[in-house]
Amino acid sequence: MIVTVASGKGGTGKTTVTASLATIWQSKLLTVDLDVEEPNLHLFLHPEIETTSTAEMEIPVLDLSKCSLCGKCAELCQFKAITMMGKFLMTFPDMCHGCGGCLAICPDGALSPGRRELGEIIRGRAGKADFIMGRIRIGEAMTPPLMNIIKDEVAATIRENPMDVLIDAPPGVSCPAVTSVIDSDVIVLVTDSTPFGFHDFVLAWEAFSPFGKPMGVVINRAGLGASEIYRFCADKSLPVLAEIPYDRAIAEAYSKGQVITTVSENLRELFVTLKQQIENLAAGAGQEADHA
Amino acid sequence: MREILIISGKGGTGKTSLTAAFAHLAKNKVLCDLDVDAPDLHLLLAPEHESEVEFWAGNEARIDQDTCQQCGLCREMCRYGAVIEHDDGHFSVDSLRCEGCKVCVSFCPDEAIEFPEKHCGQWYISSTRFGAMVHARLFPGEENSGRLVALLKQEAKKLAEERHLDLILSDGAPGIGCPVISSLSGTDLAVLVTEPTPSGRHDLERVASLCDHFKVATAVIINKFDLNSEQTASIEGFCREKNYPVVGKLPHDKVITEAMVQRLAVTELAETGLSLEIEKTWQKIMQLVP
Amino acid sequence: MDTEIKKIAVSSDGPTLDDKVDSRFGRAGGFVVVDVATMTGEYIDNGASQVMAQGAGIQAAELVAGAGADVLLSGYVGPKAFQALNAVGIIVGQDCDDFTVREAVERFLAGKVPAADGPNREGHS
Repeated sequence: MIVTVASGKGGTGKTTVTASLATIWQSKLLTVDLDVEEPNLHLFLHPEIETTSTAEMEIPVLDLSKCSLCGKCAELCQFKAITMMGKFLMTFPDMCHGCGGCLAICPDGALSPGRRELGEIIRGRAGKADFIMGRIRIGEAMTPPLMNIIKDEVAATIRENPMDVLIDAPPGVSCPAVTSVIDSDVIVLVTDSTPFGFHDFVLAWEAFSPFGKPMGVVINRAGLGASEIYRFCADKSLPVLAEIPYDRAIAEAYSKGQVITTVSENLRELFVTLKQQIENLAAGAGQEADHA
Repeated sequence: MREILIISGKGGTGKTSLTAAFAHLAKNKVLCDLDVDAPDLHLLLAPEHESEVEFWAGNEARIDQDTCQQCGLCREMCRYGAVIEHDDGHFSVDSLRCEGCKVCVSFCPDEAIEFPEKHCGQWYISSTRFGAMVHARLFPGEENSGRLVALLKQEAKKLAEERHLDLILSDGAPGIGCPVISSLSGTDLAVLVTEPTPSGRHDLERVASLCDHFKVATAVIINKFDLNSEQTASIEGFCREKNYPVVGKLPHDKVITEAMVQRLAVTELAETGLSLEIEKTWQKIMQLVP
Repeated sequence: MDTEIKKIAVSSDGPTLDDKVDSRFGRAGGFVVVDVATMTGEYIDNGASQVMAQGAGIQAAELVAGAGADVLLSGYVGPKAFQALNAVGIIVGQDCDDFTVREAVERFLAGKVPAADGPNREGHS
């Protein structure tokens, strides 16, 4: 089972929920931090780092001596990573999206595959669980390529050694968030009940519901703000899987880098129940698929 | 003309609530919501749209089933896994995975793949009780927000010139990726809102080094500073070391949420310790961009 | 200067020599290409670069090179555009955004706009 914890906006408690779930998960688990712009899960899970590797993507390298200046590559490139400036052909590796089109179209063999650093991938163990995170290089504008490399590693890991996967997704509803939920079995949307939280939650629901994946909601800081979220969930038949009460003790534990399941036995119980709810959600979807 | 950008690295630090309060306090300005992925400023400012424009950007591949000979070359060449082969043998493009690279379009031997532009969202010029506002909405899952950010900044600047306003106050996107990089360009001062938590500190360092990378001056606000005095002290130490002025230390106060529920800036409510601190903070910010 | 300056391209808010210099290069509205001998201008639209998701600066550099300009005057020129213009020997003058197109050209010809040796804006358009 691949579970992605996502939220329409940052600061709703997405990482808190992921970290808490990771600590109470009994079966074999791989926790993944896909929020490569601002990875934070490690600050709570304190994984023992085993390996750190550099992630790269393919970019074209030009051999001017072979280039006949036909311009086909520049014409094809949609990202201005290769351009014809008068009688010069120039490459801009930062702009490349790695589509491979230029390498395929060059009739002269003047372009060969090179590498651009995207960031780093860090692997280790957090408690009983395996841990993997990505961290984008400062100044690198594109996150999906790094996220996709991590996702490929995750897929390879569970092919070899089947286990549950728990993903901390980047916040928001744009391309990176979509990249992280697109291949999961269950989506857990974390929101708070403030007007901002609710507004961004609706955006997230609109973005993710077309995937037809089972989705459930965790309401953080319940009791702060308005009740419109409950009406919305009831309307859309979105199950509310858990409600985390507003409590300054939780905010303070978080500020010390503690996983909130350590705050009280009640909170621990809450996450054990949440995990059960997530499993039910996944199983329910499986049954529906069998009926269909 | 000065451009002040409020950003945070991490979400949920109170960036938008503070932007709204600054919008209330600032004079002669255009407001701009550059957090186009999840804009929230409008919830507090209730903008009335004066004009609305469609935002078109990028292209996506679309296979014409009548022309397609089902050779499968497009699926082989697509590096994004965006071409799907269906059980009955026909192929289609998953627009959510399509990168818009045009490789399939160029290599299709039957010229069966079209490459239309995409309508990605809407942008608006609006009026609010605090003045003019430029903002947008991307359709869910759409990208190209870096370009939309550039467009909004350009429109805000145009509007400021037309109306003889000398300040652009922008709410920026979270993170350190494309939209943030885009929003930094041409900014006179980036105000980084952080909180005394491990994530807040970590993300502050990342977004601050991004500002340094792009040579944008920065100032720091520590929001909810009283949640954890140790972390606050450590953030202050970091700022001293890096020469980032700390322009405000704001207490954790539920009045922020109350203001949000009432759809008001926190400075519009009855005076509190927090609102006084916010006023002082704004004065310090203005001193940094004379 | 090694070569004679015949044409100067200026990023511009409008089509004439009396329009204001557009501070942006890649996402400028257009360019007035000024024939130095006659002080007349020809306008080229930069709309195609403005709508690009990325690479507007590079596209605009292609446009300016294609127009046969020897010099480019603008407000801010990013590193990639600068590199591209530099590669084809186009002189870049920056910080001209307080002037009209005509004033910018006159200032350049009077030696008041130094040829830039690097971009004055960090990347990402």
